Formats: sequence, C-alpha cells, structure tokens
Amino acid sequence: MADALLTLDGLRKAYPGVVANDDVSFTIKPGEVHALLGENGAGKSTLVKMIYGLVKPDQGAMVLNGVPFTPANPAAARAAGVAMVFQHFSLFDALNVAENIALGMDNPPHPRELSQRIRDVSNAYGLPLDPDRTVGDLSAGERQRVEIIRCLLQDPKLLIMDEPTSVLTPQEVEILFTTLRKLTAEGTAILYISHKLEEIRALCEHATILRLGQVVDTCDPREKSARELAEMMVGSTLHVPSRAEVAPGEVILSVDGLSLKSATEFGTNLHDIHLEVRAGEVLGIGGVAGNGQDELLGALSGEALAPGAITLKGEAIGHLGPNPRRSRGLLTAPEERLGHAAAPDMSLTENALLTGSVRKHLTEKGFLKWGAAEAFALRIIEAFDVRTPGPDNAARSLSGGNLQKFVIGREILQNPDVLAVNQPTWGVDASAAADIRQALLDLAHHGAAVIVISQDLDELMEVADRFTALNEGRLADPVPTRGLTVEDIGLMMGGISGDMTDDTAEGAA
Amino acid sequence: MNLDQINPILLIASLMVAATPILLAAIGETVVEKAGVLNLGVEGMMITGAVVGFAIGVNSGSPALGFVGAAIAGAALSMLFGVLVLYLLSNQVATGLGLTLFGLGLSALIGKPYEGMKVPTLAKWDIPLLSDIPVLGPILFQHDPMVYVSIGLIMAVWYVLKSTRAGLILRAVGENHDAAHALGYKVIRVRLMAIAFGGACAGLGGAYISLVRVPQWVEGMTAGAGWIALAIVVFASWRPWRVLLGAYLFGGITVLQLNLQAAGVPIPVEYLSMSPYVITILVLVLISTRGKHGAPGSLGRIFHASH
Repeated sequence: MADALLTLDGLRKAYPGVVANDDVSFTIKPGEVHALLGENGAGKSTLVKMIYGLVKPDQGAMVLNGVPFTPANPAAARAAGVAMVFQHFSLFDALNVAENIALGMDNPPHPRELSQRIRDVSNAYGLPLDPDRTVGDLSAGERQRVEIIRCLLQDPKLLIMDEPTSVLTPQEVEILFTTLRKLTAEGTAILYISHKLEEIRALCEHATILRLGQVVDTCDPREKSARELAEMMVGSTLHVPSRAEVAPGEVILSVDGLSLKSATEFGTNLHDIHLEVRAGEVLGIGGVAGNGQDELLGALSGEALAPGAITLKGEAIGHLGPNPRRSRGLLTAPEERLGHAAAPDMSLTENALLTGSVRKHLTEKGFLKWGAAEAFALRIIEAFDVRTPGPDNAARSLSGGNLQKFVIGREILQNPDVLAVNQPTWGVDASAAADIRQALLDLAHHGAAVIVISQDLDELMEVADRFTALNEGRLADPVPTRGLTVEDIGLMMGGISGDMTDDTAEGAA
Repeated sequence: MNLDQINPILLIASLMVAATPILLAAIGETVVEKAGVLNLGVEGMMITGAVVGFAIGVNSGSPALGFVGAAIAGAALSMLFGVLVLYLLSNQVATGLGLTLFGLGLSALIGKPYEGMKVPTLAKWDIPLLSDIPVLGPILFQHDPMVYVSIGLIMAVWYVLKSTRAGLILRAVGENHDAAHALGYKVIRVRLMAIAFGGACAGLGGAYISLVRVPQWVEGMTAGAGWIALAIVVFASWRPWRVLLGAYLFGGITVLQLNLQAAGVPIPVEYLSMSPYVITILVLVLISTRGKHGAPGSLGRIFHASH
C-alpha cells in the first residue's frame, strides 16, 4: 500500500477496568475524508489521542508515510504532520488570536509576520479572522476558525477533527465544509469524528465504525442511509420512536403576546409570541441557534418573568418563579446540561432533589429527605437506562448522553402537565437520542403537553404534531407537521436561515 | 502641629524604601498567580526569608549573602507548597494558609538566638553624577541596590510576560491548564518554576525588612506585609506596572502618615495607621472596576493530567 498516508495496525489501549481500544486497524489515504463513527464510549477519543501523541498505545503500530510513527507527545505528532481540532476547544480566552495560534506552533515566527500569515491563510480558506482580537470575545464558529487556522499554518498532512460541528450554526457548518473540501483537494487527509450522520454522508468518502473499542465495520457512507449507519454503530436494529395517534385534548398552556428583553447583552429579544399547546400534543419549535430559543425556554421555566403573558390551565402564571410553576405542573429542561440543567459537581441524588423537591415532596419543614431523594434518583437511573455506577456520582462524571437522559428523565418522572425542553438530544448518540424521543412521545401519549425546541429538523419531524419556528425572536404560526415540505420549513425559518435549511437538506439527500 | 517639618524629597525617597518589601513579594506572587496557582503563603515565606537573611547576614557579615540565603530559603519553603499542591493535589487555599502559619512558627524558632543583635546593612549607592541632580538625585539615585533590583524585576517580569515565548506559555498554563496540557506543555513544571520564583521574591522582600528597613530581628516583624502584597496583586489586575503603583502608593501613605504623626496632626493615630491599607485598596479597586479584571482562568484550580 504505497498510497497510504497513515496505517494503524492492531492498536490496543486498556485503562484499569476498561479496554478502550482493541486490535484497531485501518488505513487513511491522502486527500480523503475518513469518518470515525461510534457511540459515546466506543473508543473514538482514545484512538485519536494515540494518533496525536497524547496517549501511548499498549500494543500495535502506526505507520505514517511508510515510516513507523510513535509520537511521544503532541509536539512530535505535529512535527510529523498530524494536526488536531479538539471537541472542546483548546483555546485561551484571555489571549488574542495570534497568541493562541503561536502556542499551537513549535517554532512560531515573529508576531508581526505571524499576524500577516494568519490573515493570508484565513482569507485563502474563506475563514476571515482578525489576529488581534481576544479569543474570549469570539463566537463559537470564530473560535473554531482559530483552531483550524492554527492547524493549517503547520501544513498538516492529516487533520483530525473531533465533533467539529456540534457548536456551529448551519451557516457555519457550510463554510467549514467548503474549507475542508478545499483542503482535501490539496491532498490533506481528514479524520472526521461526528455524531451527525447526515454530515458524514455529505462529507466523507470512507467510514470506520467502532463499537466497544473494536472495528466492527467499514463502509462508504455515501452509499448508506443515515439509519443504516446508525444501526452499524449500535449493532442492532435501531428503534425508531413510534407515535400513537391521540386526538389532542384541551389547551393546557397558552402564551399570549409575550415580549421579553433578553437578560444578556448578546441574547435575542422576544417579540409578541403567541402559542398554545394541548394535552397529548407535541409542539416542535425549530430555528437556527440564537434566535430566541434560550429566552423562550427561560420565559416558560420562570427564570424570566412575564406577567400576564402565560396561562396554565386557566391560571395566569407569568409572574411566578420556577418553583410555583413546577408545583402547578409546568416543568422545563434547558439546553446546557452542565451548569444549567444540572449542577456539575453535585451528585445525581442532589441534582434530583434540586428540581424534584416540589412535586416529589423531597423536603419536609426545610429538612431534606435523603432516602426519598435517593430513591427518586435511582428510579430515574433505572427507568431511563442512565449508565452510572450509582446516584452518588457527580453529574460531571456522566457522559453527555447519559446526563441528558437523567435530566429529561428527572422531569418526566415528575408527571408534568406541560414539559418544555430545549435541544433534548444535543451531542447525544443515536440510540440514546431515540430513547429520549420515545420518552417524550410516551409522555404526550399519557396526556401531557410537550414543547420541543430543537435545531435538529429531523428530530422535530419525528416527534412533533405541529411545527413552528423562531426567527429573530418572533414565532411563526404553527402548522401540522404531517405533509410539511422542506420549502415550507425554510419559509417559516425565514431569510438566510431558510436558504441554509434548503442547502443542508439537499446536501444530505 | 508643624507640617513644615515634612520634607517632600525625603518623603518620596523613603517611600521607595518602605514599598520595596511589598513590591518584591507582590511581583513574585503575580508570576505565581499568572501561572494559575494561588499561594497564600506569601507572609510565611517573607518572614522565613527575613530570619534566614538576618541570620546569614549576622554570621557572615555580608548582607548580600544574607539576601541570597533569604531567596533560597523562600524558594525552598515554596517548594514544600509546590509539591503538596501540584503532586499531592491538596487544596491551594488551605495549603497556603498552612504555609503562612508554618513560616511564622519556623522563623520564631530560628530567630530566637538572634533577637536584639545588630547586622551589617546594605550600603547606599551614591550613583556618580546622577545623584547630584537636584531633587531627582536624592529621590531616585541615592538608594541601596535592592531598590533598583526590585524595579528591575518589575521591568523584567513585564517584558517576559508580554513579549517572550516563555511568558506566553506561562500565561497559557494559568489561563487554561487543560488546553495547555492538550497542546503538549508541561503544566506542572511551569507552575513549579513559577512557585519557586514567587518564593524567592517573597524571601528577598522579607530579608529587605530585617536587613535594611529595620534592621533587626523581631518575631512576626513582617506584620501583614505578605497579605498586603497578595491584595495588591489582585487589585492591580495581575499587571506588573500596576503592582509597582500599588506598592508605592502603600509605601507612600505609610511614610506620610508616620510623618503626620510626628508632626502632631490632630487626627487619632489609629486612623492614620489604618490609612495606608484603606487608601491603597480603595484606589486599586477604583482602577480595577474599569476594564477587564483579567484573573487567570485556571487560578486556584487543581490540575490533574487525566486522559
């Protein structure tokens, strides 16, 4: 195989109690986009850390360009032409763009020369970037550009990207893909890790599928459907959420003329929002990130007060805070798992207490009922298949998908009359996402009203009875999901966001 | 009351001397905190430097050797803190407080035989020509060498942090240790070196009190200077030149209020004595409310290189 760029042969890495990778072998060719697929915990991260020199393999060998490749540290990997864009950005907020990039280089040129090169390279690849700006002030997409430019300045032969699109808007994803295609045309190989199967189908020519640390399959993702890919990852037939037809009942929650100024400087103000949800119905709210999703959920949860605008079962609740709303049956689960929906360093029992104390009566006269709280946490863990050693573990120690199951499960088990969730399956692997969607549908089936805010249109099509979209803080009139076309959705999302939806949908088709 | 006794030239000249111990300790702590470590043991390292510097000064007859010994002693004590915090992952706040208590006790023990002794002190430099300039000469160019060393250190730290790769790496480690580790930088090694530098500076600051300012050994003689140094670092927003400003402000008001006491100003002595602390903190708070605060992102957080 003279044309192989990187060959992995029988790589194995074991940690105490778990084999992260076992006998992993595959080949990456120059100029190809190679996808690495697998559920959370399948060993993708460990594998790329071995290639990038952060972790040493216990067994096996790597060959880069025909030469044995055993990077002792990331600097050695970079010197050999391997660059990596991290899932959680490895950036320094207080430093400026040029300083951040200099830190990722082994022999950075003089600052003035470096700034010029940053401008040149970033413009050449369509990722404009000002080297003097402080990284802390940049958007998620711009921050990722910093990482990518940092890699590109080293002229890498292999670029590793770990979940690069999880924090990007669809527009930014398109720009990124254009850049990546330009790179592969120049002969750079890309190892691409993502949960988003449609993206992999649009971008990658070759896929290696990992399950429990082993290579279980390889394929050309362009010839497979997203569902087939998901089933290869999970190793069993994927359960597609099923929906039982229920005639919607009476209106439980109505929002009437809600206008709200955002609490944060960079937030979106809400303008004159009207919506109604009925018992047994799922209302899907789409839209590109940053169009008022967080603010709308905050207004529903009671974090932001909106006197007179919200009615729950005939009672005005707009002036009430979160706990009175919980006791009346309106529960919410915000987007950010760590730090908003759950307190990262507190145990699962404590986190169960935090929102469950009102409806599950977990406190008495100001004292905590630990036994009852732990029993509640255990019920969530069991009912929602949360993988954790026990309820005493800190929320931070759970993987994203498991914590999300816990956070959603915690609200569902409190038997809400109305449940509003924001991005319920963000960064969650395919099987956990299917479980969460099924749970939301079951909840509606049992007579609750459910509001799902999401940027994943496929998800909304799967679960929602009616669909609407947020655009610059305004909500379109809801329409039935059945029979809705991509064009309709694009029009509802409005302006540029509508165009983008068309593009991504076509790219995926 | 006789305000005519106060000579502004002497006042400014002596404020530089009064501020030097705090300046030395604070610039060291700035580097430590820029690397992401909060060492609350400054007071303990200062007093240890004071007693070791004094003892070596007495025994060898050389104040210069005393300063060298004080720097080594401060660095050695800080390494105790470094090992506990960086390798054994102990809590930085608790360990730093423990270091201060340990240093106070240890210095009392070492210093017992030296109480009431005299020590040769540093000679003042009369820099030729420059010291003859009217007004500026006596203010700027008739000090002992450590005053110039302390200003040189401020300049060096400012330059290294701002313009060198080593400084950039140090700031990166303090800003986000996980990211620095992911990029392949040795977080623990960088921090250990920063802590040692901070310890050596605190030791020098302490020795300046016992060898130049007082010059005598008295138990507990640093009298909270280490804590003021810590406060100055925070309110100076971790910037070297503001550290200089804060230290000289504190030194200036200390000297001024002593002069006012001597002149018999009809303000209760207690108010005058507390004024340096109050005014320094007020001024630096006013400065730091504007613009960015700039606390290093990983300050005080425990780093563990888990995979």
